[in-house]
Amino acid sequence: MSDETLKKSITRSEGNKMIEIIGMHKWFGDLHVLDDIHLTVYKGERIVICGPSGSGKSTLIRCINRLEELQKGKIVVDGTELTDNLKNVEKIREEVGMVFQHFNLFPHLTIIQNLTLGPIWVRKVPKRDAEEMAMVYLKKVHIEDQARKYPGQLSGGQQQRVAIARSLCMKPKIMLFDEPTSALDPEMVKEVLDVMVNLAEEGMTMIVVSHEMGFAKSVAHRVMFMDFGRIVEENTPQEFFNSPQHERTKLFLSQILN
Amino acid sequence: MAKSLTTNNRSTAPIVRIGVWQWLKSNLFNSAFNSLVTILVCLFLYKIIPPFVEWAFIDSLWFSTADQCRAGHGACWSIIPANIRFIIFGFYPYELHWRPTVAMVILIGLLFYSKNRNHWNRSLGAVWIAGLFIMGVLMRGGFFGLTAVESDQWGGLPLTLMLSVFGMVAAYPLGILLALGRRSKMPAIKTICILYIELIRGVPLISLLFMSAVLFPLFLPTGLTVNKIIRAQAAIILFTAAYIAEVVRGGLQAIPRGQYEAAESLGLTYVQKMRLVVLPQALKIVIPPTVGILISAFKDTSLVVIIALYDILKTTRSVLGNPSWMGFSPEAYIFLALIYFVCCYAMSNYSRRLEGELHS
Repeated sequence: MSDETLKKSITRSEGNKMIEIIGMHKWFGDLHVLDDIHLTVYKGERIVICGPSGSGKSTLIRCINRLEELQKGKIVVDGTELTDNLKNVEKIREEVGMVFQHFNLFPHLTIIQNLTLGPIWVRKVPKRDAEEMAMVYLKKVHIEDQARKYPGQLSGGQQQRVAIARSLCMKPKIMLFDEPTSALDPEMVKEVLDVMVNLAEEGMTMIVVSHEMGFAKSVAHRVMFMDFGRIVEENTPQEFFNSPQHERTKLFLSQILN
Repeated sequence: MAKSLTTNNRSTAPIVRIGVWQWLKSNLFNSAFNSLVTILVCLFLYKIIPPFVEWAFIDSLWFSTADQCRAGHGACWSIIPANIRFIIFGFYPYELHWRPTVAMVILIGLLFYSKNRNHWNRSLGAVWIAGLFIMGVLMRGGFFGLTAVESDQWGGLPLTLMLSVFGMVAAYPLGILLALGRRSKMPAIKTICILYIELIRGVPLISLLFMSAVLFPLFLPTGLTVNKIIRAQAAIILFTAAYIAEVVRGGLQAIPRGQYEAAESLGLTYVQKMRLVVLPQALKIVIPPTVGILISAFKDTSLVVIIALYDILKTTRSVLGNPSWMGFSPEAYIFLALIYFVCCYAMSNYSRRLEGELHS
């Protein structure tokens, strides 16, 4: 896989915006966790966000499907503005897939039931069609033979791949990844990253909070560094890793790369 | 015949076998104090068990008159068969006893049918409503050529079963709603639920029963009355629901936030999230304390005695008030205890099986 084939060019035009965040602020009590965030993500674009813990990167992507509420500013996802209106929120959640650090599979349901829950109840897909589709996605993440097992019987890497497949079953337009590999044993990181790379090749719009710098280099269109609730620096991966501008970024990169 | 070396070389856990003597010595006589306790307990059992067996089985009378009983030394179990129909059915007209019998059989049949998890679907509700309707018709009569029997003649075991089964079946969902309400983000709903739970839990069931019997009718417009059994039933449901609510709330709190978030990020609505993801896990965790509450609710139905309903405890006591059978209360109460025990033990046994099935 060459960088060229993966990095299909994307059109940055007004009609191609998937996510637009304007002047977003959020506080947890006195703590200013998000401080004037501006971010536009275009269709097919892949963004990797890194930064020290507590810098607000998880909170940022959790605001996009309103697992967290913002207190000031505006988020527009695929033409729909996130407001208090529950219908809007549910509509956006259908379009935005989310993968969590701790997988969050439903332990009382089998793998296939985990995958079909959303399509059956939210998209109203008939059960048989939903199961067929689920098997397609399970094949894609290479665990079709585990379909009838329960999450607790799978390894961490397998569980995270199931979680990705579960999100994909909703046919989302955007995928958010909240540190998808940081709870995994080292030998399982690659199998999950491979699935994510495949997804990138298919042109999925992705925002990934991660410290996997290899993944960022080969897949991302843009890499961002966050600290104290602000986007300190953003650039193409090449520029970002080769010539970081800010002292804080340099320090952070030297710490995680060594 | 190549024996695998690897399995032969694996060390297995050592097998420890001890004889009866060794076991006695290491468990019952392993110190001076334990030896003393063992001897005292054996002595105590020796004093208690043989006389009891003699009283209950050897010298006992099973089918005799009260006078024959008074002449003998043993237990007078005859009080049960001689009065069984009054104990079971109370003041229900004698020649119509088949009707509550059929109603109880239906109720027990429904319980057995509902035991199987494969039957837990939408039609189960319909089956219950149909069963309830048939039971109502049988007990009450007045339709289909059945003689009407006023509800103040109902009593005994059918009344006890009805109050407890419908009490539990109605209190469980109500308790779940209250638990969800107490965790709601909407202040009005939350406040109402907290007030309800705390107020109900703050008073004894007896006072609620009194209120339902004495106070509640005062607030009704003149001419309108609500059946006393229904009022008692409502009091039991409201009381039990408050306790269930707190237990379920504990289960809800044990579900990690990630489960809620995963359900939300799939776009599930609140109701779907609770029904499909959160409650199945939460309710499973709280099976043991829930069954504890249901068992105590079952036994608490005997408190309806104080508002003059003839449940099975009251009918038994009425028999003891009959001069010819006076004085045989141990036998009658042992019989009563057995009935309660069988029901409660069945409940706790079932809950243990259910837990095992759901554990996979």
